[in-house]
Amino acid sequence: MSTATFRIWRGENGNGGFKDHTVEVSEGMVVLDAVHKIQATQATDLACRWNCKAGKCGSCSAEINGSPRLMCMTRLNQIPLDQPVTIEPMRTFPHRKDLVTDVSWNFDVKKKIARFKPRKADAADGTFKMGQADIDRVQEFRKCIECYLCQDVCHVLRDHGKHEEFIGPRFFVYNAALEMHPADTGDRLGALKTDHGIGYCNITKCCTNVCPEEIRITDNAIIPLKERVVDEFYDPLGWLLKKLRPGATKG
Amino acid sequence: MADYQTHTHDVLIVGAGGAGLRAAIEASAAGVSVGLVCKSLLGKAHTVMAEGGIAAALANVDDRDNWKVHFADTMRGGQYVNHGRMAELHAKEAPDRVRELETWGAVFDRTKDGGILQRNFGGHRYPRLAHVGDRTGLEMIRTLQDHGVHQGIDVHMEVTVLTLLTDGGRVVGAFGYDRERGRFRLFKAKAIVLATGGVGRAFKITSNSWEYTGDGQSLAYHAGAELKDMEFVQFHPTGMVWPPSVQGILVTEGVRGEGGVLRNKDGARFMFGDIPDNYKSQTADNEEEGWRYCQGDKNARRPPELLTRDHVARCIMREVRGGRGSPHGGVFLDISWIKEKLPNAPEHIRRKLPSMYHQFKQLADIDITREPMEVGPTTHYIMGGVSVDPDSQMSSVPGLFAAGEVAAGLHGANRLGGNSLSDLVVFGKRAGEFAAKFAKDHGSGTVNTAQVEAAARESLAPFERGAGAENPFTVQHDLQEMMQDLVGIVRREDEMVRALEGLKKLSARAATTGVPGNREYNPGWHTALDLQNLLTVSEAITLSAIERKESRGAQFRDDFPDKSAEFGKVNIVVKKAADGSMQVRRVPVAPLSDELKKVIEEQK
Ligand SMILES: Cc1cc2nc3c(=O)[nH]c(=O)nc-3n(C[C@H](O)[C@H](O)[C@H](O)COP(=O)(O)OP(=O)(O)OC[C@H]3O[C@@H](n4cnc5c(N)ncnc54)[C@H](O)[C@@H]3O)c2cc1C
Ligand code: SF4
Ligand code: SF4
Ligand code: FES
Repeated sequence: MSTATFRIWRGENGNGGFKDHTVEVSEGMVVLDAVHKIQATQATDLACRWNCKAGKCGSCSAEINGSPRLMCMTRLNQIPLDQPVTIEPMRTFPHRKDLVTDVSWNFDVKKKIARFKPRKADAADGTFKMGQADIDRVQEFRKCIECYLCQDVCHVLRDHGKHEEFIGPRFFVYNAALEMHPADTGDRLGALKTDHGIGYCNITKCCTNVCPEEIRITDNAIIPLKERVVDEFYDPLGWLLKKLRPGATKG
Repeated sequence: MADYQTHTHDVLIVGAGGAGLRAAIEASAAGVSVGLVCKSLLGKAHTVMAEGGIAAALANVDDRDNWKVHFADTMRGGQYVNHGRMAELHAKEAPDRVRELETWGAVFDRTKDGGILQRNFGGHRYPRLAHVGDRTGLEMIRTLQDHGVHQGIDVHMEVTVLTLLTDGGRVVGAFGYDRERGRFRLFKAKAIVLATGGVGRAFKITSNSWEYTGDGQSLAYHAGAELKDMEFVQFHPTGMVWPPSVQGILVTEGVRGEGGVLRNKDGARFMFGDIPDNYKSQTADNEEEGWRYCQGDKNARRPPELLTRDHVARCIMREVRGGRGSPHGGVFLDISWIKEKLPNAPEHIRRKLPSMYHQFKQLADIDITREPMEVGPTTHYIMGGVSVDPDSQMSSVPGLFAAGEVAAGLHGANRLGGNSLSDLVVFGKRAGEFAAKFAKDHGSGTVNTAQVEAAARESLAPFERGAGAENPFTVQHDLQEMMQDLVGIVRREDEMVRALEGLKKLSARAATTGVPGNREYNPGWHTALDLQNLLTVSEAITLSAIERKESRGAQFRDDFPDKSAEFGKVNIVVKKAADGSMQVRRVPVAPLSDELKKVIEEQK
């Protein structure tokens, strides 16, 4: 057994600082195991969120050595242990305690996005006829575990604090899942352009790079949505077509 | 006087997994005000982790399927101590509940003709599990959550309920605290639905999260409700065994449904060596037939790897104990072998089992498309729980309902894979409907402030004892080790009697735990408070397991290795006696209607 030092940000409501904890580490451990070990043996009041310990619930987001990651999916053998491993809370959300932040803003944002609005069912039993190829893309988006790591890293939120005007990559993915659902008839493009601020995104792809579900947020969700917004509002021909054939730009 | 915030709802739902969310949606639709509390953030409940699928006789893949076959499969899997009426309602209503999810936005994998695809799973005669790769639970909880938040439900996230408040035997509210700030909350309600999930944290090796401390079972028990079938704890045959830090994490049965096979260290498919008589007619007796089954050949019978979980888990234990296990004390589960059969096998595996691929790659450095996994049994699910009326889901305490994993009856002695997610939506809906009805038919009760004060005082005691006192994490850990050793997969009376002694000592230690710090998001404090629930359910499991002197389904008694006809007629029930002790009794299994008896005969 060897030991490693974890430099964990401790404190409440944004006041605090790093504190070093040294524990024994063994083969296969992930960062969350180390945090739990510290909690059980050295600091029972060390706060962190977790549930599944298998990358499925999106609870254990933190910044490990400066990069936004899931603690339960970060193996210790992937990071250098000869120097202290820093673990910090996500910086884009208001701090609560230690590694726990107040992510309630995300829940509020989601509520403002127009919900799934199905077309009339195709089958007598109330279901839709949809081919696998037609839903592959939507399923990619629906893999999202709401870890909010993409929100954490996006400079529009992190550096510019545009939480009022910009919904962030997670919710572009959510919008895209709805917009590209073959049975959906809702219209979210107007809101995307105005209140939801898709124009602020300048396609840096930082969000895509941190997504633990490997959702291609920028290429597959944001860029197509941007195109739809452009088609809807700035393309006179598309606008005319739509007037003549309602639903023509919907996919 | 304790300082607390008061919330008033017609119906309070405790738990925001599949069962709680579905109940909340239904109650809200019935026009009553609904509050929903959960210990984690919304969308993080255990349901999110479910992998393989949701069972419903949609007959999209095999048109021979219907509710009768599903019903009979569930009863056979549960070894006939299930509540027949619950199994009937479940089999009949699951298809509508699944279709309804699609109309709320769920996107299941598709059949070639554009319908909902279904896959094979242990104990289900036909391909029956609607699924989304191996992340079905995520699809389900997200669908319910995204639908639910527009229904006018008041959600109280990261709030733990500590106790139920009663008035003249009827439930009138709940008392708890918010985890973030540690402030007390009083919930007044005319009806309460418990949807709090399971008890897996009572054992050391488990697929369950920190939330699974048996809160709902314990809350109900202390409010006077009966708990049933608590001895039936499901040990899932395939959990990860290596490296140590991931021990217990689930490997979905979907791996076997897609053609994965179990082998011992000599490379033998040991499951072929032990097929129970009542499954012989449905089980393949050669490898070729088993593979054809997984490929959808309707004339083939299923491979023995897809026998029920209790049986597969015991066969694995036997191999390990017989010295035929894998290097780290499990056996091998191999899906990579299908490359002999399919040209694009690696891609196929990654598409069908993406999160398994990920999980092994990232956590164990194993590429499942190229090499076998090492697996062994892990504590997974509890069939027992709050005893409820099959139609309304009301417990023996008026106004107190239970649905989902916390309730008992549907699964009998062993649950079939996929039958939990369907349970959540079928009985979640029913609980919501009947709780709303109860709330409409009854006025508010009176909250007894003395009860509230006592709960508040007791919950703060760990702070008074402070940092120098017993560490709550240590007590929890010792309890888990003991339950795993003495009341685990293989049970004996003498060991379980020792466990009861051990629980007494642990209980005394739990009363001396102390924590440093303040009430703001303090995990040590939370753990100290959860101990009470763990102790209560551990005692219920142990007493019930001692009382059932036979082996049936998930309960395997080394000292009574056979099934007994006598115990096939009873369920074990525990209830809190007037003197505060736990009373155990045997009650007759709910009789089957003649129609259901006929169905079972037809499907034999
Ligand atoms: C890894 C894994 C894979 C699985 N795969 C499948 C599958 O493929 N198919 C299948 O059918 N089943 C599967 N299961 C089983 C199934 O997922 C669970 O049984 C089911 O999700 C339980 O749902 P529930 O709604 O009853 O409870 P949960 O989803 O666990 O929700 C419980 C809720 O209660 C809350 N709660 C608990 N105590 C309190 C308290 N004191 N105060 C306030 N709130 C409280 C929790 O915070 C949570 O919100 C799987 C289980 C696991 C662990
Ligand atoms: S691509 Fe857009 S949404 Fe993503 S991080 Fe960059 S600016 Fe933010
Ligand atoms: S899109 Fe990816 S990074 Fe963003 S919340 Fe979802 S899973 Fe997390
Ligand atoms: S604990 Fe669930 S994603 Fe890490």
